[in-house]
Amino acid sequence: MHPAFSVIFFTTASGAGYGLLVWLGVFGAIGLLPPDRWFGVAAFGLAFALVTAGLLSSTFHLGHPERAWRALTQWKTSWLSREGVAAVLTYIPTGLFAIGWIFLERNDGIFAALGLAGAVLCLITVWCTAMIYASLKSIQRWSNGLVPPVYLALGAATGSLLLALLAQLFGHQSFHLYAVSLVTVTLAAVLKLAYWRAIGKSRSESTAASATGLGKPGLVRLLEAPHTESNYLMQEMGYRLARKHAERLRIVAVIALFAIPLILLPAAALAGTSILTAFLLVLAVASAAIGLVVERWLFFAEAKHTVTLYYGEESA
Amino acid sequence: MTSLPATTERRLGLVIDLDICVGCHACAVNCKEWNTGGHSAPLTDRDPYGAEPTGVWFNRIHSFEVESDEPGLRGRTVHFPKSCLHCEDAPCVTVCPTGASYKREDDGIVLVNGDWCIGCKLCSWACPYGAREYDADEGVMKKCTLCVDKIYNENLPVESRVPACVSTCPAGARHFGDLGDPASGVSKLVAARGGYDLMPEQGCKPTNKYLPPRRREDKDLHDANGAPAALAPEAGDIDSAVLRWVDRLLSR
Repeated sequence: MHPAFSVIFFTTASGAGYGLLVWLGVFGAIGLLPPDRWFGVAAFGLAFALVTAGLLSSTFHLGHPERAWRALTQWKTSWLSREGVAAVLTYIPTGLFAIGWIFLERNDGIFAALGLAGAVLCLITVWCTAMIYASLKSIQRWSNGLVPPVYLALGAATGSLLLALLAQLFGHQSFHLYAVSLVTVTLAAVLKLAYWRAIGKSRSESTAASATGLGKPGLVRLLEAPHTESNYLMQEMGYRLARKHAERLRIVAVIALFAIPLILLPAAALAGTSILTAFLLVLAVASAAIGLVVERWLFFAEAKHTVTLYYGEESA
Repeated sequence: MTSLPATTERRLGLVIDLDICVGCHACAVNCKEWNTGGHSAPLTDRDPYGAEPTGVWFNRIHSFEVESDEPGLRGRTVHFPKSCLHCEDAPCVTVCPTGASYKREDDGIVLVNGDWCIGCKLCSWACPYGAREYDADEGVMKKCTLCVDKIYNENLPVESRVPACVSTCPAGARHFGDLGDPASGVSKLVAARGGYDLMPEQGCKPTNKYLPPRRREDKDLHDANGAPAALAPEAGDIDSAVLRWVDRLLSR
């Protein structure tokens, strides 16, 4: 699949933004983060900026952005529609929670409940995003039960790294934030490695033989394509990635997204000065951001669509 | 609504005979010609006279080489036209977030409402067959309409009320009809010739069916010396005694 920038930016940025909102809701509700106004401005500002920029970027790549509201209507059958509805609904409790935190400097009582409700809606939204891909049977590498857990874990992990950095900058750092970051980054790493293992082992049932109904697998070859030039299907679905590049990029993703943050988090916790801790956390966030973009780029570039079977591929 | 109808009254579709198709691409050309003025008009092109022309086509002809050890199936070239299969369980319809994609209850045709489509392209990802075509100029998805504006068109003579690809096929490789009616001509053809679904494992239950190429008579086409067998003289063919004598003399 063609790795479009808008979709990579949307899924990574909104995932991290929702992850940050989840942890703000949870830690705020259980009283482990004080409702400090300027910390709230920074944290909610960043979270809503990431989420909103992501949603807007996904809208701008549409052929008709002005009709985007129509995408909220078909939630009965469409995961994309469900995601849109969930994203809009999520703004309500998280927005009220942010108002309480920033203007009233409160995150207890009703605001705690709003924070937790918002956290649940954030998770549902990310789940819906992942299901857009996981529900497509035509792309075997996406039609995999590990795709939604990976999306959730990566959103939670990147959100927790952002929260650890912001808490450090505003003097609200705690052992719990480090612990949550370590656990979620580790969980995301385990799930992502399991996903790569799973797609390496399984193969699509569809082959050039089943796509044409002619002959046996391996004995049906494309002789002539329909045209001499490319077409929409080949441009959108026919993206090819050399296996050796995929392997190297996976290593880059594992190091930047998982290994470096997992080393820098304890280092930051043990660093003597708060400036050094903040610096190490900035590095961890930057490294994870680079790794996440590579991971998401690979998610698209490695996905093979069955339509390629009509354009010379033997298996999908 | 992008929910699929539980059943459709009829199941209009195509039956494509791979034994007959000669790969002339006339169906694709006439499809483009009709539809660029039809329901989803226009079918735009990009860089049409440049180095890398692309455009919206609802029908494309691929050619495959098929190897086999089975007698009658060795070394075939099969021309393979492909357009929307108007699936019973069309995933392109259910993924649509706007309701622009729909499957008609009365005849099973899958269509796009170009006034509602937001151009998210998700339906083209969901279709395993590559039947959907994004029109980058208009920013909406388009697809084969089974010539919905031709098959019901009362201004046309009855024999012309078939999809453009069917009426233009010079070889008679394309058939149109109701595949939900076991008594229809197309259903009988499918039953007689062993018509099959493409990628049944994808679970889309396509309406269109493909008829497999027939087995050829397998004859050894060469004689013992490797010369074309058809040109070898056969002694029994020579009636004249004089010529038989000449043949014997020359064959010495």
